[in-house]
Amino acid sequence: MQALVLSPDDNVATAVQDLAPGVIITIDSTAINLLEPIPFGHKLALRDIRRGEDIIKYGEVIGRATAAIKKGAHVHVHNVEGRRGRGDLA
Amino acid sequence: VNFRGYRRRDGRAGTRNHVLVFPTVICAASVAEMVSREVPGTVSVSHPHGCGHMGKEKDLVVRAMAGFCGHPNVAGVLLVGLGCELITPELIAAEIVKSGQRFEVVSIQAEGGTTAAVAKGKKLAEKLLEEASAASRGPVDISEIILGTNCGGSDTLSGLTANPALGFAADRLVAAGGTVILSETPELIGAEPVLERRAASETVRRRIREITAATEAIAMKAGVDMRGSEPSPGNIEGGLTTLEEKSLGAVLKGGTSAVRQVVDYAERPAEKGLVVMDSPAHDAVCNTAMIAGGAQVIVFTTGRGTPLGAPTAPVIKVSSNNRIFKSMKENIDINAGDIIEGKETIQSVGEMIFREIIEVASGKKTRAELLGHAEFAIHTLGLNV
Repeated sequence: MQALVLSPDDNVATAVQDLAPGVIITIDSTAINLLEPIPFGHKLALRDIRRGEDIIKYGEVIGRATAAIKKGAHVHVHNVEGRRGRGDLA
Repeated sequence: VNFRGYRRRDGRAGTRNHVLVFPTVICAASVAEMVSREVPGTVSVSHPHGCGHMGKEKDLVVRAMAGFCGHPNVAGVLLVGLGCELITPELIAAEIVKSGQRFEVVSIQAEGGTTAAVAKGKKLAEKLLEEASAASRGPVDISEIILGTNCGGSDTLSGLTANPALGFAADRLVAAGGTVILSETPELIGAEPVLERRAASETVRRRIREITAATEAIAMKAGVDMRGSEPSPGNIEGGLTTLEEKSLGAVLKGGTSAVRQVVDYAERPAEKGLVVMDSPAHDAVCNTAMIAGGAQVIVFTTGRGTPLGAPTAPVIKVSSNNRIFKSMKENIDINAGDIIEGKETIQSVGEMIFREIIEVASGKKTRAELLGHAEFAIHTLGLNV
Protein backbone atom coordinates (compact mmCIF):
# COMPACT_ATOMS: atom_id res chain seq x y z
CA MET A 1 0.00 0.00 0.00
CA GLN A 2 1.29 3.47 -0.92
CA ALA A 3 -1.37 5.87 0.36
CA LEU A 4 -4.61 5.76 2.34
CA VAL A 5 -7.90 7.61 1.88
CA LEU A 6 -10.05 7.59 5.03
CA SER A 7 -13.43 8.81 3.80
CA PRO A 8 -15.09 9.11 0.38
CA ASP A 9 -15.41 12.89 0.91
CA ASP A 10 -11.67 13.39 1.43
CA ASN A 11 -9.61 15.45 -1.02
CA VAL A 12 -6.29 14.28 0.45
CA ALA A 13 -4.62 10.88 0.99
CA THR A 14 -1.91 9.95 3.52
CA ALA A 15 1.33 8.43 2.20
CA VAL A 16 2.24 5.27 4.10
CA GLN A 17 5.73 5.12 2.59
CA ASP A 18 8.15 7.71 1.22
CA LEU A 19 6.90 8.46 -2.31
CA ALA A 20 9.08 9.99 -5.03
CA PRO A 21 8.01 12.55 -7.67
CA GLY A 22 6.99 10.94 -10.97
CA VAL A 23 5.56 7.90 -9.22
CA ILE A 24 2.01 7.18 -10.34
CA ILE A 25 -0.26 5.85 -7.61
CA THR A 26 -3.75 4.48 -8.12
CA ILE A 27 -6.50 5.31 -5.65
CA ASP A 28 -10.03 4.06 -6.33
CA SER A 29 -9.02 3.42 -9.98
CA THR A 30 -7.86 7.03 -10.39
CA ALA A 31 -4.20 7.46 -11.38
CA ILE A 32 -2.36 10.24 -9.58
CA ASN A 33 0.99 11.44 -10.85
CA LEU A 34 3.03 12.68 -7.89
CA LEU A 35 4.48 16.13 -8.53
CA GLU A 36 6.90 16.23 -5.59
CA PRO A 37 8.30 13.99 -2.85
CA ILE A 38 5.65 12.95 -0.32
CA PRO A 39 7.35 11.83 2.92
CA PHE A 40 5.96 8.90 4.91
CA GLY A 41 2.94 10.11 6.92
CA HIS A 42 2.44 13.26 4.87
CA LYS A 43 -0.54 14.12 2.65
CA LEU A 44 -1.02 14.45 -1.11
CA ALA A 45 -3.86 16.08 -3.07
CA LEU A 46 -6.31 13.69 -4.74
CA ARG A 47 -7.53 16.43 -7.10
CA ASP A 48 -6.87 20.09 -7.89
CA ILE A 49 -7.80 22.19 -4.84
CA ARG A 50 -8.57 25.92 -5.17
CA ARG A 51 -7.09 28.54 -2.83
CA GLY A 52 -9.49 28.98 0.12
CA GLU A 53 -11.11 25.58 -0.38
CA ASP A 54 -11.62 23.24 2.60
CA ILE A 55 -9.18 20.38 3.07
CA ILE A 56 -11.16 17.26 3.99
CA LYS A 57 -9.75 14.24 5.86
CA TYR A 58 -11.68 11.69 8.00
CA GLY A 59 -14.69 13.23 6.16
CA GLU A 60 -14.23 16.39 8.27
CA VAL A 61 -12.66 19.81 7.65
CA ILE A 62 -9.02 19.92 8.81
CA GLY A 63 -8.23 23.41 7.43
CA ARG A 64 -8.23 25.48 4.24
CA ALA A 65 -5.89 25.84 1.28
CA THR A 66 -3.75 28.99 1.42
CA ALA A 67 -2.68 28.46 -2.20
CA ALA A 68 -3.94 26.55 -5.22
CA ILE A 69 -2.87 22.92 -4.83
CA LYS A 70 -2.38 20.68 -7.89
CA LYS A 71 -3.49 17.06 -7.92
CA GLY A 72 -0.51 14.97 -6.80
CA ALA A 73 1.12 17.82 -4.85
CA HIS A 74 2.35 17.72 -1.24
CA VAL A 75 -0.34 19.08 1.13
CA HIS A 76 1.08 20.48 4.36
CA VAL A 77 1.77 23.65 6.37
CA HIS A 78 3.12 25.49 3.28
CA ASN A 79 -0.28 25.43 1.55
CA VAL A 80 -2.82 24.67 4.29
CA GLU A 81 -3.75 26.46 7.50
CA GLY A 82 -6.02 25.50 10.38
CA ARG A 83 -8.82 27.77 11.51
CA ARG A 84 -8.89 26.79 15.17
CA GLY A 85 -6.72 28.12 17.98
CA ARG A 86 -5.68 31.01 15.73
CA GLY A 87 -5.17 33.78 18.29
CA ASP A 88 -2.74 35.35 15.82
CA LEU A 89 -5.75 36.24 13.64
CA ALA A 90 -7.93 37.46 16.52
CA VAL B 1 -14.45 -11.44 32.12
CA ASN B 2 -12.27 -10.94 35.20
CA PHE B 3 -8.86 -9.51 35.93
CA ARG B 4 -6.94 -10.14 39.15
CA GLY B 5 -6.85 -7.02 41.28
CA TYR B 6 -6.54 -5.73 44.85
CA ARG B 7 -9.82 -4.98 46.64
CA ARG B 8 -9.56 -1.79 48.73
CA ARG B 9 -11.47 -0.57 51.80
CA ASP B 10 -13.71 1.78 49.78
CA GLY B 11 -14.77 -1.06 47.48
CA ARG B 12 -12.66 0.05 44.52
CA ALA B 13 -10.14 -2.30 42.88
CA GLY B 14 -6.47 -1.63 42.21
CA THR B 15 -4.17 -3.08 39.57
CA ARG B 16 -1.02 -2.37 41.60
CA ASN B 17 -0.08 -2.46 45.29
CA HIS B 18 2.23 0.54 45.70
CA VAL B 19 3.45 2.26 48.83
CA LEU B 20 3.72 5.91 47.83
CA VAL B 21 5.94 8.53 49.50
CA PHE B 22 4.26 11.79 48.55
CA PRO B 23 5.46 15.35 49.27
CA THR B 24 2.49 17.69 49.60
CA VAL B 25 4.83 20.64 48.94
CA ILE B 26 8.03 21.06 46.92
CA CYS B 27 9.97 21.86 50.14
CA ALA B 28 9.41 18.23 51.18
CA ALA B 29 10.26 16.70 47.78
CA SER B 30 13.88 15.85 48.58
CA VAL B 31 13.01 14.32 51.96
CA ALA B 32 10.34 12.20 50.24
CA GLU B 33 12.89 11.05 47.68
CA MET B 34 15.47 10.25 50.41
CA VAL B 35 12.90 8.19 52.32
CA SER B 36 11.90 6.30 49.19
CA ARG B 37 15.54 5.58 48.36
CA GLU B 38 16.07 4.14 51.87
CA VAL B 39 12.99 1.92 51.60
CA PRO B 40 13.24 -0.13 48.40
CA GLY B 41 9.84 -1.14 47.08
CA THR B 42 8.29 2.29 47.67
CA VAL B 43 7.74 4.93 44.99
CA SER B 44 7.98 8.69 45.37
CA VAL B 45 7.14 11.64 43.16
CA SER B 46 8.51 15.15 42.85
CA HIS B 47 6.57 18.29 41.87
CA PRO B 48 6.88 22.07 42.27
CA HIS B 49 3.50 22.64 43.97
CA GLY B 50 1.91 22.90 47.40
CA CYS B 51 2.26 26.61 48.16
CA GLY B 52 0.93 29.89 46.78
CA HIS B 53 -2.15 28.44 45.08
CA MET B 54 -5.35 30.49 45.20
CA GLY B 55 -9.03 29.80 44.65
CA LYS B 56 -9.81 27.34 41.88
CA GLU B 57 -6.16 26.39 41.47
CA LYS B 58 -5.90 25.37 45.12
CA ASP B 59 -9.05 23.24 44.70
CA LEU B 60 -7.59 21.64 41.56
CA VAL B 61 -4.20 20.82 43.12
CA VAL B 62 -5.82 19.39 46.28
CA ARG B 63 -8.22 17.30 44.16
CA ALA B 64 -5.34 15.97 42.04
CA MET B 65 -3.13 15.15 45.06
CA ALA B 66 -5.95 13.56 47.05
CA GLY B 67 -7.15 11.54 44.04
CA PHE B 68 -3.60 10.36 43.39
CA CYS B 69 -2.78 9.46 47.03
CA GLY B 70 -6.18 7.86 47.73
CA HIS B 71 -6.01 5.78 44.54
CA PRO B 72 -6.78 2.04 44.65
CA ASN B 73 -3.36 1.25 43.13
CA VAL B 74 -1.86 2.70 46.33
CA ALA B 75 -1.93 0.36 49.34
CA GLY B 76 -0.63 3.06 51.67
CA VAL B 77 0.82 6.54 51.44
CA LEU B 78 3.38 8.44 53.49
CA LEU B 79 2.52 12.14 53.22
CA VAL B 80 5.58 14.34 53.68
CA GLY B 81 5.24 18.04 54.51
CA LEU B 82 7.34 20.93 55.72
CA GLY B 83 5.04 22.53 58.30
CA CYS B 84 4.23 26.03 57.01
CA GLU B 85 2.87 25.12 53.55
CA LEU B 86 -0.59 25.78 52.12
CA ILE B 87 -1.27 22.15 51.20
CA THR B 88 -0.29 20.18 54.30
CA PRO B 89 -0.21 16.40 54.73
CA GLU B 90 -3.16 16.85 57.12
CA LEU B 91 -5.22 18.54 54.40
CA ILE B 92 -4.67 15.65 51.98
CA ALA B 93 -5.12 13.11 54.79
CA ALA B 94 -8.54 14.61 55.61
CA GLU B 95 -9.61 13.90 52.02
CA ILE B 96 -8.23 10.37 51.62
CA VAL B 97 -9.34 9.15 55.04
CA LYS B 98 -12.92 9.38 53.71
CA SER B 99 -12.22 6.38 51.46
CA GLY B 100 -10.39 4.53 54.23
CA GLN B 101 -6.98 4.98 52.64
CA ARG B 102 -4.05 3.92 54.83
CA PHE B 103 -1.69 6.86 55.43
CA GLU B 104 1.05 8.18 57.69
CA VAL B 105 2.36 11.72 58.06
CA VAL B 106 5.78 13.24 58.64
CA SER B 107 6.62 16.97 58.75
CA ILE B 108 10.14 18.33 58.54
CA GLN B 109 9.74 21.28 60.94
CA ALA B 110 8.02 19.13 63.59
CA GLU B 111 10.81 16.54 63.39
CA GLY B 112 13.54 19.15 63.62
CA GLY B 113 15.13 18.92 60.19
CA THR B 114 15.99 16.71 57.24
CA THR B 115 17.84 13.90 59.01
CA ALA B 116 15.21 13.32 61.68
CA ALA B 117 12.36 13.57 59.15
CA VAL B 118 14.01 11.00 56.88
CA ALA B 119 14.60 8.67 59.86
CA LYS B 120 10.98 8.90 60.97
CA GLY B 121 9.72 8.66 57.38
CA LYS B 122 11.80 5.53 56.85
CA LYS B 123 10.20 3.79 59.86
CA LEU B 124 6.69 4.75 58.74
CA ALA B 125 7.29 3.72 55.12
CA GLU B 126 8.65 0.34 56.28
CA LYS B 127 5.50 -0.18 58.34
CA LEU B 128 3.27 0.70 55.35
CA LEU B 129 5.28 -1.61 53.12
CA GLU B 130 4.90 -4.50 55.55
CA GLU B 131 1.13 -3.97 55.72
CA ALA B 132 0.88 -3.71 51.92
CA SER B 133 2.68 -7.03 51.54
CA ALA B 134 -0.30 -8.74 53.19
CA ALA B 135 -2.63 -7.74 50.35
CA SER B 136 -3.29 -10.25 47.59
CA ARG B 137 -4.97 -10.29 44.21
CA GLY B 138 -8.41 -11.71 43.64
CA PRO B 139 -10.90 -11.86 40.76
CA VAL B 140 -12.44 -8.51 39.79
CA ASP B 141 -14.91 -7.98 36.96
CA ILE B 142 -13.41 -5.86 34.16
CA SER B 143 -16.39 -3.52 34.42
CA GLU B 144 -14.46 -2.05 37.38
CA ILE B 145 -11.60 -0.95 35.14
CA ILE B 146 -11.26 2.76 34.47
CA LEU B 147 -9.01 3.02 31.42
CA GLY B 148 -7.17 6.27 30.76
CA THR B 149 -6.28 6.96 27.12
CA ASN B 150 -3.52 9.25 25.95
CA CYS B 151 -1.52 9.93 22.82
CA GLY B 152 1.82 11.67 22.64
CA GLY B 153 4.40 12.29 19.97
CA SER B 154 1.71 11.70 17.35
CA ASP B 155 2.30 11.32 13.63
CA THR B 156 -0.33 11.05 10.91
CA LEU B 157 -0.30 7.28 11.28
CA SER B 158 -1.50 7.63 14.90
CA GLY B 159 -4.93 8.48 13.54
CA LEU B 160 -4.83 5.58 11.05
CA THR B 161 -3.46 2.71 13.16
CA ALA B 162 -2.79 3.04 16.91
CA ASN B 163 -5.66 5.37 17.82
CA PRO B 164 -8.47 3.49 16.03
CA ALA B 165 -7.04 0.20 17.39
CA LEU B 166 -7.13 1.63 20.92
CA GLY B 167 -10.65 2.86 20.11
CA PHE B 168 -11.62 -0.73 19.27
CA ALA B 169 -10.31 -1.89 22.69
CA ALA B 170 -12.07 1.04 24.38
CA ASP B 171 -15.37 0.01 22.77
CA ARG B 172 -14.83 -3.58 23.99
CA LEU B 173 -14.27 -2.35 27.56
CA VAL B 174 -17.32 -0.06 27.46
CA ALA B 175 -19.44 -2.93 26.09
CA ALA B 176 -18.26 -5.02 29.09
CA GLY B 177 -19.48 -2.30 31.46
CA GLY B 178 -16.15 -0.55 32.04
CA THR B 179 -15.13 3.09 31.91
CA VAL B 180 -12.87 4.83 29.38
CA ILE B 181 -11.50 8.35 29.81
CA LEU B 182 -10.83 10.43 26.70
CA SER B 183 -8.90 13.57 27.60
CA GLU B 184 -6.46 16.17 26.22
CA THR B 185 -8.89 19.05 25.59
CA PRO B 186 -6.72 20.89 23.00
CA GLU B 187 -6.94 17.72 20.94
CA LEU B 188 -10.72 17.84 20.96
CA ILE B 189 -10.65 21.24 19.20
CA GLY B 190 -11.89 20.68 15.66
CA ALA B 191 -13.33 17.27 16.50
CA GLU B 192 -16.36 18.62 18.41
CA PRO B 193 -18.87 17.58 15.70
CA VAL B 194 -17.74 13.94 16.04
CA LEU B 195 -18.17 13.97 19.85
CA GLU B 196 -21.35 16.04 19.87
CA ARG B 197 -23.06 13.50 17.60
CA ARG B 198 -22.35 10.91 20.33
CA ALA B 199 -23.21 13.05 23.37
CA ALA B 200 -25.56 11.17 25.71
CA SER B 201 -27.27 14.37 26.85
CA GLU B 202 -27.63 18.06 26.09
CA THR B 203 -25.45 18.80 29.15
CA VAL B 204 -22.62 16.67 27.75
CA ARG B 205 -22.95 18.37 24.34
CA ARG B 206 -22.79 21.83 25.95
CA ARG B 207 -19.87 20.90 28.22
CA ILE B 208 -17.80 19.60 25.26
CA ARG B 209 -18.24 23.00 23.54
CA GLU B 210 -17.45 24.83 26.81
CA ILE B 211 -14.18 23.05 27.54
CA THR B 212 -12.82 23.34 23.98
CA ALA B 213 -13.88 27.02 23.81
CA ALA B 214 -12.14 27.72 27.14
CA THR B 215 -8.92 26.11 25.92
CA GLU B 216 -9.10 27.86 22.54
CA ALA B 217 -9.69 31.17 24.36
CA ILE B 218 -6.22 30.86 25.95
CA ALA B 219 -4.64 31.18 22.48
CA MET B 220 -7.12 33.85 21.37
CA LYS B 221 -6.52 36.01 24.46
CA ALA B 222 -2.75 35.69 24.12
CA GLY B 223 -2.95 36.53 20.41
CA VAL B 224 -0.92 33.46 19.49
CA ASP B 225 -1.33 30.69 16.95
CA MET B 226 -1.80 27.36 18.72
CA ARG B 227 0.14 25.67 15.89
CA GLY B 228 3.71 25.06 17.00
CA SER B 229 2.37 23.95 20.39
CA GLU B 230 -0.57 22.02 18.94
CA PRO B 231 0.40 20.41 16.64
CA SER B 232 3.94 20.36 18.05
CA PRO B 233 7.02 20.70 15.81
CA GLY B 234 7.46 16.91 15.94
CA ASN B 235 3.81 16.35 14.99
CA ILE B 236 4.24 18.68 11.98
CA GLU B 237 7.44 16.94 10.92
CA GLY B 238 5.49 13.68 11.10
CA GLY B 239 2.95 15.05 8.62
CA LEU B 240 0.21 16.55 10.83
CA THR B 241 -0.72 19.92 9.34
CA THR B 242 -3.39 21.48 11.58
CA LEU B 243 -4.85 21.24 15.05
CA GLU B 244 -8.14 20.03 13.56
CA GLU B 245 -6.37 17.16 11.78
CA LYS B 246 -4.55 16.15 14.95
CA SER B 247 -7.77 16.27 16.98
CA LEU B 248 -9.79 14.18 14.50
CA GLY B 249 -7.11 11.50 14.73
CA ALA B 250 -6.77 11.83 18.51
CA VAL B 251 -10.43 11.31 19.41
CA LEU B 252 -10.44 7.95 17.63
CA LYS B 253 -8.63 6.48 20.66
CA GLY B 254 -11.80 6.88 22.75
CA GLY B 255 -13.71 4.56 20.44
CA THR B 256 -17.22 5.09 19.13
CA SER B 257 -19.37 4.86 22.29
CA ALA B 258 -21.76 7.52 23.54
CA VAL B 259 -20.10 10.23 25.67
CA ARG B 260 -21.75 9.82 29.09
CA GLN B 261 -20.14 12.64 31.08
CA VAL B 262 -17.61 15.48 30.96
CA VAL B 263 -15.54 15.75 34.16
CA ASP B 264 -13.09 18.36 35.41
CA TYR B 265 -9.34 17.87 35.70
CA ALA B 266 -8.62 14.97 38.10
CA GLU B 267 -12.34 14.54 38.91
CA ARG B 268 -13.64 11.02 39.45
CA PRO B 269 -16.30 10.07 36.85
CA ALA B 270 -19.75 9.33 38.27
CA GLU B 271 -20.79 7.56 35.06
CA LYS B 272 -19.49 4.39 33.44
CA GLY B 273 -18.87 4.15 29.70
CA LEU B 274 -16.96 6.77 27.73
CA VAL B 275 -16.19 9.93 29.73
CA VAL B 276 -14.36 13.08 28.60
CA MET B 277 -11.94 14.70 31.08
CA ASP B 278 -10.95 18.37 30.73
CA SER B 279 -7.14 18.41 30.83
CA PRO B 280 -4.23 19.95 28.98
CA ALA B 281 -2.68 17.64 26.40
CA HIS B 282 0.69 17.67 28.22
CA ASP B 283 1.31 13.94 28.54
CA ALA B 284 2.33 13.71 32.20
CA VAL B 285 -0.16 16.37 33.32
CA CYS B 286 -2.94 14.43 31.61
CA ASN B 287 -1.84 10.97 32.85
CA THR B 288 -1.72 12.29 36.42
CA ALA B 289 -5.24 13.72 36.06
CA MET B 290 -6.71 10.46 34.75
CA ILE B 291 -5.01 8.46 37.52
CA ALA B 292 -6.24 10.95 40.15
CA GLY B 293 -9.70 10.51 38.62
CA GLY B 294 -9.45 6.77 39.30
CA ALA B 295 -7.87 5.26 36.16
CA GLN B 296 -5.96 2.09 37.15
CA VAL B 297 -4.51 1.44 33.67
CA ILE B 298 -3.47 3.80 30.88
CA VAL B 299 -2.98 3.02 27.20
CA PHE B 300 -0.76 5.53 25.44
CA THR B 301 -0.32 5.65 21.66
CA THR B 302 2.74 7.18 20.03
CA GLY B 303 4.02 7.84 16.54
CA ARG B 304 7.29 9.59 17.27
CA GLY B 305 8.01 7.42 20.33
CA THR B 306 7.83 8.38 24.00
CA PRO B 307 9.02 6.49 27.08
CA LEU B 308 6.50 8.06 29.52
CA GLY B 309 5.23 6.09 32.50
CA ALA B 310 3.48 6.93 35.76
CA PRO B 311 4.51 6.33 39.40
CA THR B 312 1.50 4.27 40.47
CA ALA B 313 -0.28 3.08 37.31
CA PRO B 314 0.85 0.94 34.39
CA VAL B 315 1.11 2.76 31.05
CA ILE B 316 0.81 0.48 28.00
CA LYS B 317 2.58 1.97 24.99
CA VAL B 318 1.24 1.37 21.46
CA SER B 319 3.34 2.45 18.46
CA SER B 320 1.60 3.71 15.33
CA ASN B 321 4.32 2.70 12.85
CA ASN B 322 6.97 0.02 12.36
CA ARG B 323 9.86 2.47 12.23
CA ILE B 324 9.44 3.65 15.80
CA PHE B 325 8.63 0.11 16.96
CA LYS B 326 12.05 -0.94 15.62
CA SER B 327 14.03 2.08 16.81
CA MET B 328 12.43 2.35 20.29
CA LYS B 329 11.45 -1.27 20.79
CA GLU B 330 12.30 -1.32 24.51
CA ASN B 331 9.68 1.38 25.14
CA ILE B 332 6.81 -0.16 23.16
CA ASP B 333 4.39 -2.84 24.41
CA ILE B 334 2.27 -3.29 21.27
CA ASN B 335 2.90 -2.29 17.66
CA ALA B 336 0.00 -1.11 15.50
CA GLY B 337 2.27 -0.36 12.51
CA ASP B 338 1.57 -3.70 10.83
CA ILE B 339 -1.95 -2.43 10.07
CA ILE B 340 -0.40 -0.28 7.32
CA GLU B 341 1.51 -3.29 5.97
CA GLY B 342 -1.78 -5.17 5.78
CA LYS B 343 -0.41 -7.85 8.14
CA GLU B 344 -2.79 -6.83 10.93
CA THR B 345 -6.12 -5.02 11.07
CA ILE B 346 -7.49 -2.33 13.37
CA GLN B 347 -9.66 -5.06 14.92
CA SER B 348 -6.82 -7.57 15.43
CA VAL B 349 -4.52 -4.99 17.07
CA GLY B 350 -7.51 -3.65 19.03
CA GLU B 351 -8.12 -7.16 20.36
CA MET B 352 -4.42 -7.42 21.31
CA ILE B 353 -4.65 -4.14 23.24
CA PHE B 354 -7.82 -5.33 25.01
CA ARG B 355 -6.13 -8.56 26.11
CA GLU B 356 -3.03 -6.63 27.19
CA ILE B 357 -5.16 -4.32 29.35
CA ILE B 358 -6.51 -7.35 31.24
CA GLU B 359 -3.06 -8.95 31.63
CA VAL B 360 -1.44 -5.71 32.76
CA ALA B 361 -4.34 -5.02 35.14
CA SER B 362 -3.64 -8.49 36.60
CA GLY B 363 0.03 -7.72 37.24
CA LYS B 364 2.00 -8.04 33.99
CA LYS B 365 4.54 -5.23 33.95
CA THR B 366 4.61 -2.70 31.09
CA ARG B 367 7.79 -1.58 29.32
CA ALA B 368 7.55 1.78 31.12
CA GLU B 369 7.39 -0.02 34.49
CA LEU B 370 10.29 -2.34 33.66
CA LEU B 371 12.43 0.63 32.60
CA GLY B 372 11.51 2.62 35.72
CA HIS B 373 9.53 5.45 34.13
CA ALA B 374 7.46 7.33 36.70
CA GLU B 375 6.66 10.80 35.33
CA PHE B 376 4.31 12.98 37.37
CA ALA B 377 2.98 16.52 36.83
CA ILE B 378 -0.06 18.51 37.97
CA HIS B 379 -1.86 21.21 35.96
CA THR B 380 -2.07 24.75 37.34
CA LEU B 381 -4.26 27.67 36.32
CA GLY B 382 -1.83 30.59 36.74
CA LEU B 383 -3.55 31.41 40.04
CA ASN B 384 -0.46 31.33 42.22
CA VAL B 385 1.59 34.02 43.92
